[in-house]
Amino acid sequence: MKREPIYGIMAEFDSATALVDAAKLTHQAGYQKIDAYSPFPIEGLAEEIGFHHDEVPLVVLIGGIIGGLTGYLMQYWMSVVDYPLNIGGKPPHSWPAFIVITFEMTILFAGISAVFGMLALNGLPMPYHPVFNVPRFALASKDRFFLIVFSSDKKYDPAGTRDFLAGLGPRSISEVPS
Amino acid sequence: MDEQYKMTVDAERAPVIEPGYTFGTVTEKISAIVLTRPASNGWFVGFGIAFMLTMMMLYAIGYLFLKGIGIWGVTIPIGWGFAIVNFVWWIGIGHAGTLISAILLLLRQSWRNSINRFAEAMTLFAVACAGIFPAIHVGRPWLAYWLFPYPSTMGVWPQFRSPLMWDVFAVSTYATISALFWFMGLIPDFATLRDRSDKPALRMIYGMLSMGWRGSARHWHRYETAYLLLAGLATPLVLSVHTVVSFDFAVGIVPGWHTTIFPPYFVAGAIYSGFAMVLMLAIPIRKIYGLEDFITELHLQNAAKVMLATGLIVAYGYGIEAFMGWYSGDRYDAFTLWNRLHGPYAVLYGALLICNIFIPQVLWIRRLRTSPVALFFASGVILVGMWLERFIIVVVSLHRDFLTSSWGMYYPTRWDWMTYIGTIGMFLAAIFLFVRLLPMISIFEMRTLLPEAEVKAE
Repeated sequence: MKREPIYGIMAEFDSATALVDAAKLTHQAGYQKIDAYSPFPIEGLAEEIGFHHDEVPLVVLIGGIIGGLTGYLMQYWMSVVDYPLNIGGKPPHSWPAFIVITFEMTILFAGISAVFGMLALNGLPMPYHPVFNVPRFALASKDRFFLIVFSSDKKYDPAGTRDFLAGLGPRSISEVPS
Repeated sequence: MDEQYKMTVDAERAPVIEPGYTFGTVTEKISAIVLTRPASNGWFVGFGIAFMLTMMMLYAIGYLFLKGIGIWGVTIPIGWGFAIVNFVWWIGIGHAGTLISAILLLLRQSWRNSINRFAEAMTLFAVACAGIFPAIHVGRPWLAYWLFPYPSTMGVWPQFRSPLMWDVFAVSTYATISALFWFMGLIPDFATLRDRSDKPALRMIYGMLSMGWRGSARHWHRYETAYLLLAGLATPLVLSVHTVVSFDFAVGIVPGWHTTIFPPYFVAGAIYSGFAMVLMLAIPIRKIYGLEDFITELHLQNAAKVMLATGLIVAYGYGIEAFMGWYSGDRYDAFTLWNRLHGPYAVLYGALLICNIFIPQVLWIRRLRTSPVALFFASGVILVGMWLERFIIVVVSLHRDFLTSSWGMYYPTRWDWMTYIGTIGMFLAAIFLFVRLLPMISIFEMRTLLPEAEVKAE
């Protein structure tokens, strides 16, 4: 696959408000392939850059259903089908006694799905990423806010995009080599 | 509420975070403890003592493996001695961490952001200590894996109608989910440490742990969703864990165990002791590492209020136990109550009432509630009291049941004590390592508390 020598153009901002405003304007200007980076979650920022489909809840729901079924069917199969034991005259299929483990397995599978599903959907772990080539990007985990327009965007053009970002009043602008 | 009155109340309250901090200073202050602050002599002495206690525990467990549980004080009729007392005590302590990280998150109590990280660490280490006891208590600990349903050549399966089996699932799920919750919260902070550290080896280690986190808005969105869902899952989980622990007792027919008040009263007691442990750790740590600006008077006060409330629920539990001993008309239940008050362990019951009910009432006084020293001692008293509670539930109920011919006494041996004190050492050793190696306050969540984190509309 041929890669562009430039991954994108990145603008650095001082505050969360500036980043949200810049993201909004960039998206409104017709840029589709953009991303914003911040040192903490900012409510509504993902929506501003055109991210609307968060699949994590679905993954968790599926994980929980699988966990619950696994828990119940495991107990059913083991105590009714494979090795029925008469314990205190209780029926082999004593469903009320199976609820606790069914519940715990639901939580276990749903919780594991939440964490690993989130990581997988985010494409993590990914130790290398082009944005780390920008030295100032180290501040994205401290107190600076970054906006990037990827070079794969249809509207991207090296000079024009740079001028557009410069018009948003950033602190600095850098090219991100890929 | 009268507006003016409300304002004076708010002005009197300590802030969640002292004013004057920025994203940069918060980041520097917390990450510096891990990255640049040299380990003090005090740290080495403290860690050394805790480590030696851990070795003592391993020695006691090693001897146990050689000799068997006959070296402990357990005999029939008291088959559940220190091992189960300590198991319940430790697992209860763990509960406060999940309460702080999950339940208070769902309730939007943002003050939790400064204490959730080390409360979660405390949960993990407490659950690790708790997990040791049932495993070594099974008699043949090398076969402890029989507790799990695995396909074996014996062709048999565990007995799923037993609360002990439920406990295996509840506790192992709890340990897993707590570890995941903790690790997930650490990911963005690992990224901060990766970017702040100037040593290549540290950059690599923290870089690996951060999974390449870069703070993308899409990532944050999924992250927050997952975090919230995990909190929503951990909330019923934490309530279920101590409920299931209480089923270990309540499903049995022993007088003093066979009661429906146990689940709520166990959960309240767990949170009670857990907050006491949080305070016993937070008070020295905030002093030593100069974190009074982040863990403020507000946090101490709120924790004290939670202890006061859960302590009253526990007191209600004791009251109902005593009331039912009389009201049920069951002579064995009535005898259990009499035996607690007048039997050979009556001193311990008296101490329990003093530690868990009477002394904690000092927390009603505002001056004491805001005094770190007073809170530290009150927390210590509560931890002792909650340990006594489990001792009384386990030992005092078992030692005199239905038949006078099967009565007996339980005396812990030095091996019991060495194992118990050893787990405290292991817990503290883990805490000592934790404060040096990982950010003990969640940096990214602290940033969200700052006024500058607010996005102003155009």
